[in-house]
Amino acid sequence: MHAALTILRKDLGIEWRTREGLSTVFVLAVMLLVVFAVAHDVPPDEAPALAPPVLWATFVLTGLLGVQRGFLLERENDCLAGLLTAPVDPAAIYAGKLAANVVLLGAMQGVVVPLVGLFLHVDMVPALPALVLVLLLGNVGFSALATLFAAVAVRTRAREVMLPLLLLPLVVPLLIGAVVATRAILADGIAAARDGLTVLAAFDVVFVVAGWLLFTYVVRD
Amino acid sequence: MLAALWLVFMVVPTEREMGIVQRIFYFHVSSAWAAYLGFFIVAGASARYLWTGSRAADRLAEASAEVGVLFCTLVLITGPLWARPVWGVWFTWDPRLTMTVILWGIYASYILLRSFGGDDEAVRRWAAVLGIVGVLDIPIIMISVRLLRGIHPAVIARNEGGSGLVDPWMRTGLVVSAVAVLLLAGWLIRLRADGARLAEEVALLRRRAPARGEVA
Repeated sequence: MHAALTILRKDLGIEWRTREGLSTVFVLAVMLLVVFAVAHDVPPDEAPALAPPVLWATFVLTGLLGVQRGFLLERENDCLAGLLTAPVDPAAIYAGKLAANVVLLGAMQGVVVPLVGLFLHVDMVPALPALVLVLLLGNVGFSALATLFAAVAVRTRAREVMLPLLLLPLVVPLLIGAVVATRAILADGIAAARDGLTVLAAFDVVFVVAGWLLFTYVVRD
Repeated sequence: MLAALWLVFMVVPTEREMGIVQRIFYFHVSSAWAAYLGFFIVAGASARYLWTGSRAADRLAEASAEVGVLFCTLVLITGPLWARPVWGVWFTWDPRLTMTVILWGIYASYILLRSFGGDDEAVRRWAAVLGIVGVLDIPIIMISVRLLRGIHPAVIARNEGGSGLVDPWMRTGLVVSAVAVLLLAGWLIRLRADGARLAEEVALLRRRAPARGEVA
């Protein structure tokens, strides 16, 4: 637990000093939003219907890069090897990395969500508490698998393509759940979003536990 | 297999509304079952590999993933052939179709991971982790795709309506082709796992051969 917190503090500290990851992820997210909005080119009254899919597609694609970057940093300076030689349970490393990714992607969501509202004419303020719940559940589930497989992907030969290849099919159920829940919340409030939230919660529980248990097999040498 | 072919094409009556193309159904459904069989074997063998480090379990997982993807591909080829005349489109984002495509993606990336990684103990462990995560994903995919719109016929009817298999010969046809296809899948997996074992032995002998040459 203590080790996990130290890693979380270390990762956030690195990020805070350079802010490279955050700024990359912000700009990328904004550009993806523009790409989606322009590619769809919907009339203003149909734009709100586009908000949930655009929001989550942007989140998944940006998240892929954000998480991968965290592990590339570890790899560049051989830090991961150092972490692993330290007398620390790999599960704690996983927990720390997962927490750091959740914070990073949460900050990214904090920018993307208002922009989606702005670009696609959705008033998100009334639904905000419920929306935060969906965003958090989606974030945790995505980060759970992304953290696990980023550790794999950065050590393969084709590391740039490996993470999207591994992760995209696995997170499709999360994407479906998140889009359905977001759509329901924006239209009818949180009570209507039960199905989507159930999928998200199940995904989170299963893969946080799986990542926690399996991470040691991924990093062990 | 021959008996299945004979049953499907000669004995089973032609479906009233969909006509001859409905006969593809017997192999479509059987292949889907074979693909699932393969994916579940991947998970079981992967867990065993992580637990015991057994090389045989690893080879079984690799072989099952490849055969699973092969049959999954067959499902995705036979499906549209049948869907085009019946539904009017080659593909639709129906729950089951979506699910099949996602599964295909997961296990295709499994094969890619192995081929990019090369023959390394770490790669085998990564693949095993993916094999386990993949199977954990299956039930969640199943729940999530139900949130999409659906038109796929339910073959094994659970509650409402019939299963659509009116003639008893249709049922026999399905069972026989399923058995034939599953046996074929099992045989392919064994063949592939044996091949992998031989390849490993050859690689081992190759490594030893120069050493022996120096001695002589």
